[in-house]
Amino acid sequence: MSDEINVTVNGVPHVARKGQLVIEAAADAGEYIPRFCYHERMSSVGKCRMCLVECDTGRGPAVTVSCMATVAPDMKIDTQSPTVKRMQEGVLELLLANHPLDCPVCDKGGECPLQDQAFSHGPGESRFVEEKRHFEKPIPISDLVFLDRERCILCDRCTRFADEVAGDPLIHFTSRGNSTHIATFPDEPFASYFSGNTVQICPVGALTAKPYRFKARPWDLQQEESTCTTCSVGCRVVVQSSRDEVLRYMGVDSEPVNHGWLCDRGRFSFEATKSAERVLQPLVREGDALAPAAWNVALAEAARLIGEAKAAAGAGSIAVLGGARGTNEDAFAWARLAHEVIGTTNVYAQMGDGLPVGLLGLDRATIDDAANAATVVLLSPDIKEELPVLYLRLRAAAEQRRTKIIELTPKRTGMTPYAWRHVGYQPGTQVAAVDGLLADADVAAQLATGPVVVVAGRANLAESTATTVQALRRLLDAVPGATVLPAFRRGNVVGALQVGMRPGKGGLDTRGTLQAAADGKIECLVLVGSDPLADFPDHSLATRALAGARRIIAVDTFLSASAAKADVVLAASAFAEKAGTHTNLEGRVTSLARKVTPAGVNRADWMIAAELALELGSDLGYGTVEDITADIAAKVDGYAAATPAAIAADSDGVLTAVPGAIDPMNHVEAVIGERNAYDFRLVVSRVLYDQAEGTAHSPSLAHLARGSAVHLHPLDLDRVTSTAGARVKVSTASASVVFTAVADDSVLRGTAWVPFNQPGPNVGELIDCFAAVTDVRIENV
Amino acid sequence: MSRLNEANTILAKEIIARYPKARSATIPLLHLSQQQNGYVTEEAMAHVAELVGATPAEVQGTATFYEMFKFRPVGKYLVNICGTMSCQLMGSEALLHHAEEVLGVKPGGTTADGMFTLEHAECQAACTEAPNMQVNYRHCHRMTNEAFDQLIADLREGKRDADIPAHGTLARIRQQIPAEKAVGPVSPDDPARPVWTPAPEVK
Amino acid sequence: MATYPWAAGYVDDGDRPKIVTARFEHEDSYTITRYHATEGYAGLKAALTRTPGEVHDEVRGATVLGRGGAGFPAGTKWGLMPPEKYPRYLVVNGDESEPGTYKDRLLMERDPHQLIEGCLIAAYAAGLSQVFLYIRGEMPLAHERVATALNEAYAAGYVGKNILGTDFSVDIILHWGAGAYVVGEETALIESLEGKRGEPRLKPPYFPAAIGLYGQPTIVNNVETLSNLPWLLRNGVAAYTAIGTETSPGTRMVAVSGHVARPGVFEIVNGTTTFRDLLFGDEFCQGIRDGNSLKAFVPGGGSAPWFTPEQLDVPFEGRVAGAAGSMLGSGAVMVMDDTTDIPTAALTLTRFYAHESCGQCTPCREGGTWLMRVLERVVEGQGTRADLDQLLEIGESICPGKFPHAANSALGLEATPFPYKMTTICFVGPSAYAPVHSALTHFRDEFEARVADTPARRQIPVTAVH
Ligand SMILES: Cc1cc2nc3c(=O)[nH]c(=O)nc-3n(C[C@H](O)[C@H](O)[C@H](O)COP(=O)(O)O)c2cc1C
Ligand code: SF4
Ligand code: FES
Repeated sequence: MSDEINVTVNGVPHVARKGQLVIEAAADAGEYIPRFCYHERMSSVGKCRMCLVECDTGRGPAVTVSCMATVAPDMKIDTQSPTVKRMQEGVLELLLANHPLDCPVCDKGGECPLQDQAFSHGPGESRFVEEKRHFEKPIPISDLVFLDRERCILCDRCTRFADEVAGDPLIHFTSRGNSTHIATFPDEPFASYFSGNTVQICPVGALTAKPYRFKARPWDLQQEESTCTTCSVGCRVVVQSSRDEVLRYMGVDSEPVNHGWLCDRGRFSFEATKSAERVLQPLVREGDALAPAAWNVALAEAARLIGEAKAAAGAGSIAVLGGARGTNEDAFAWARLAHEVIGTTNVYAQMGDGLPVGLLGLDRATIDDAANAATVVLLSPDIKEELPVLYLRLRAAAEQRRTKIIELTPKRTGMTPYAWRHVGYQPGTQVAAVDGLLADADVAAQLATGPVVVVAGRANLAESTATTVQALRRLLDAVPGATVLPAFRRGNVVGALQVGMRPGKGGLDTRGTLQAAADGKIECLVLVGSDPLADFPDHSLATRALAGARRIIAVDTFLSASAAKADVVLAASAFAEKAGTHTNLEGRVTSLARKVTPAGVNRADWMIAAELALELGSDLGYGTVEDITADIAAKVDGYAAATPAAIAADSDGVLTAVPGAIDPMNHVEAVIGERNAYDFRLVVSRVLYDQAEGTAHSPSLAHLARGSAVHLHPLDLDRVTSTAGARVKVSTASASVVFTAVADDSVLRGTAWVPFNQPGPNVGELIDCFAAVTDVRIENV
Repeated sequence: MSRLNEANTILAKEIIARYPKARSATIPLLHLSQQQNGYVTEEAMAHVAELVGATPAEVQGTATFYEMFKFRPVGKYLVNICGTMSCQLMGSEALLHHAEEVLGVKPGGTTADGMFTLEHAECQAACTEAPNMQVNYRHCHRMTNEAFDQLIADLREGKRDADIPAHGTLARIRQQIPAEKAVGPVSPDDPARPVWTPAPEVK
Repeated sequence: MATYPWAAGYVDDGDRPKIVTARFEHEDSYTITRYHATEGYAGLKAALTRTPGEVHDEVRGATVLGRGGAGFPAGTKWGLMPPEKYPRYLVVNGDESEPGTYKDRLLMERDPHQLIEGCLIAAYAAGLSQVFLYIRGEMPLAHERVATALNEAYAAGYVGKNILGTDFSVDIILHWGAGAYVVGEETALIESLEGKRGEPRLKPPYFPAAIGLYGQPTIVNNVETLSNLPWLLRNGVAAYTAIGTETSPGTRMVAVSGHVARPGVFEIVNGTTTFRDLLFGDEFCQGIRDGNSLKAFVPGGGSAPWFTPEQLDVPFEGRVAGAAGSMLGSGAVMVMDDTTDIPTAALTLTRFYAHESCGQCTPCREGGTWLMRVLERVVEGQGTRADLDQLLEIGESICPGKFPHAANSALGLEATPFPYKMTTICFVGPSAYAPVHSALTHFRDEFEARVADTPARRQIPVTAVH
């Protein structure tokens, strides 16, 4: 093959790849070349000089920077010559010259590349007796990260990450020469959604994460590989714990998924697992209060409520909502319990905030497909806010000029600066936006240049899904061969939907269920890790539904607003407390590890389902999680390859097939009314930090939620009020809410944007989930 | 008022327009801000960042790399005494000591009246004329203690205003490119061969 | 002999050919009027009657060596750009800051039109679409003179659109630095021109001819190099190569500073002039000051290893100087007479390079400062014998293996020729070591006299936090 290049590494012949870096070729040949600045996922800068080796291409051995030089035919790579040893010792001695050597009190001690390589390649002693560089000890550079400039070896990893990978160059080298250091600009912290990655890649203890500082020593940590379930990207992580307490997540470099990166929300939400506010045992309602109860009591009570409901008004009066927060196994056990044992068809894993389940029936793209497509069309929410690591992957694709991004969104997003075309549309006009786009000759030509992937999701919670679905259809019909990456957001929602947490024939979806409950037609509402009061966009309907449902059973890790209204609360174990599998948005099934003992007497959702089934007189037949994983592989459409053995064998997991059982989304007609005195059209969408359970109960993240406010284009804001930060009344025909008004030029003129599920006034009050769009009036108060 | 004022903002945009990429104007714009304020303020760095499309941290990273940018007020006259080899060989150390005594400050210090900031500087490209110094980057060759005293007296009395403007102002003459003569910036994304360059012969 | 008050330092003595300093005798040499009166822009006009390829061949044929330090022929450098890759840029290196160097400032202050004409010839010949003239920040007079000249040249139709009515069009953008020696390194110059920190890029892969400004092919040439081109185009290759030697044709500007009787900037004949001519010749420096004797000299800018009187007969010919253990660099000779305190002189240079380190690579950032600190101790009489060996060992971490030095018969040393191995990205790191190495090689006794045999108790001061 023309791609092969013959080299020798320390005299041993080796076949390298054309264009391969010497440092990588040597690694393939079993020679680890020490390094600090080099990182496989970022461009090489060759600054630390640790990786110097000698290479001979016929003109004698030359000092070569192995992280920048590529292999050449017949190159003799020498990683052990006396000169190389001398250089390595020299560089290490120089790096240590100004290093404080405060290893005993440094978080990195024990897992520090500087410490390790000083032992393996260093001179063994330091002769530096001068005074070292001094800086003020750790300074916060963001809410989550501290910087100790004395420890920093200026490897440019954090700064390169911020610039190249995250696109947030808010930390930078400052000053020159021996006083060079990393700095943020005064009053402009490193407020990147991805800041935690810098802590992970820092080769010394210069960057530390607030949630982990002084918590443990690396040798006390135990770890298991797992999957982050904070959103549906499903980044691979290792969960590290000490003394049965989760202390840290680290990103794992999964080639098809996250390339080692995590977002801060995912990385630090482990704190919720050990939160003191967890529900620690089952609760049963006694009058106005929920009282602790033994499992057998609580399960019997739950079974009784279900039986009663069934007897009173049939299985159709029972509904099960949720499943997206758990594992595939949890969802499958609950789906079977609902469909087979209880006999209801009213089952749904979505909280009225995504596109219809039919999205999963379309020809599906993987993340890699998208990151390598000629064109990606984003008919989706702001993926930087909702699917952060997918944003990183697509941003990289755009920055490396592999992919052109066409964005159709109701406001400017984190991706807009990287988009080749950005089309902002008024809610309800997606179809016209797509038509306009397709009529553009440049766009048509671009769409014809190669693979096209459409990332499709719900961009606006104050609008029905109909127009988006219609626009998506239009797009897919116009671009034959285009595939779809479903931008479902919630952790395991794709898994839950695929394994069965979706309506059976004639069954109600969430909106239908809540409407029925509000109408007094639901005898028993089962909430499996779901919280309609927080998550269902139409807050009024959710409130009426929870009041109208005669009985409520909640399975939850926390006493959420909805669970607090339940008659029985079944205490569930959380992430890292249970094993199982997860399906990400591309249909990839990966493993979840149990790393710590569940809090209290809590049990996994699947176990609760199995026991409840027994109470109801049926045996699901499961003794272990693997039983369910195997059963899913055997029974669930598309999951045949996802056997326990296959999943365990590959850290990157198993890609499932597109389920034939899910009907692809079809054309729907949407009717949008005329605008009238309500002259702003409302856009409501999520931002990374909100009041979601895992975030709100992680102390490091909880205060990052920005708070509820109405954002208007600066020119529109001028029309409404003259004072910045003024309070304004936002009204629909039936409700009004007072917000602070904020000028925001990412908002389209004529629209008003409010972030969802934030502390402060509840925008859900304004949303009517049956309305096509939400038009509001805004007045100064 | 330490962002660029209106006139300077217009000038800044003119300067930016000469470069294929706005960020190239970072240093000229920082000079402009220093000319306006005597030193580079945080607000100015943030403003320059806005104008050239970088983050303030990046502009700060650039600004702090260069010796000439000051981040605190300095005297009206920056007195830089060269201490590199040619000047050192010719007695610059003595000149520096003399300057310290006359001005009553150490290198880095500013006189109480805000007139002079003394600095130890590196090679000023006048090595044959050692020892050298610069006042606001205007060269003073073959300095002696007497010449130094005279210079300071003249500066105090405003006798050198014609050739030594206050700190911050470098060149008093700017390049002007008449619109009708300007070719305009050539973007790196424009792969066209210059029209005067013939296509290579195909062999 | 003549010196001119308007061209401080320039010495016009003897009967030598003048290529770049011919106009210095005129007080108004920087004006377009004087330029026109002295064959100004005739070189450009001559170039425009030929094809770009022919002009390029002429520059190649004349072997116009780079005057910025590396001595690489300009015509060859232009030819390294990947064919048919456009746009290409020219960046003029007017950052002159190498210790001892004083010529580019004179050329910019005294003959800016000559430089502009040189830029135009280069742009025409090499197909360069835009020119950036990067002037060191601490040279406001040069800036003003070049700005004025450019304004005149634009008005007269020499620069900009359709130059002299042809389809040759190019802008020259005046840019200035802000004080950082390392920016003189060509890739750092490019980074700086991109608005970034002036940190040199690693070569390969960033040879500017292939990947330069904004990632495009870029020629970086020194002010003096380009200032040669108008004369060359006016007088032709034969006239140019008739001066100097085959491998070092033409003239070059050399600044001689330090302890000579008549320091100055001279335009000398390349290749044949020797250091003895320069330091002791009547038309040049006329010997050592005050009748003292020569102890040592730096032959090519602060980065160059030192020569001693033994090397006086080395000519200005790169290969010969290299074999003798040093380099010609940027035409800067610094002379030390027998009163010189060698350790202090070495410290002065090392301090310069330590101070000017960009800070990105470890050996230079840490090693340079460490060298400086130890040397400071030694100079202050606080050092030990062990410190002297340690200086050499720190130097080995920057330049592993043999470091070049001149022969010294008194010490029985043979010359170690250029170049050296280095662990740094650019030459600033090794430059911090060069004076230490030279001084310790030739004058170790002066250091030994300063140090104690046993370590002195050192005070480790507590200093303020940054
Ligand atoms: C540390 C360092 C500093 C340099 N400083 C300058 C300088 O001030 N001026 C200059 O023209 N070249 C300088 N050079 C040389 C340039 O890198 C480059 O070789 C030169 O500008 C090319 O022009 P030439 O081929 O015309 O000589 C320096 C090189 C190094 C390594
Ligand atoms: S903080 Fe860490 S990653 Fe960043 S430059 Fe310093 S050592 Fe490198
Ligand atoms: S790993 Fe190559 S220079 Fe740092």
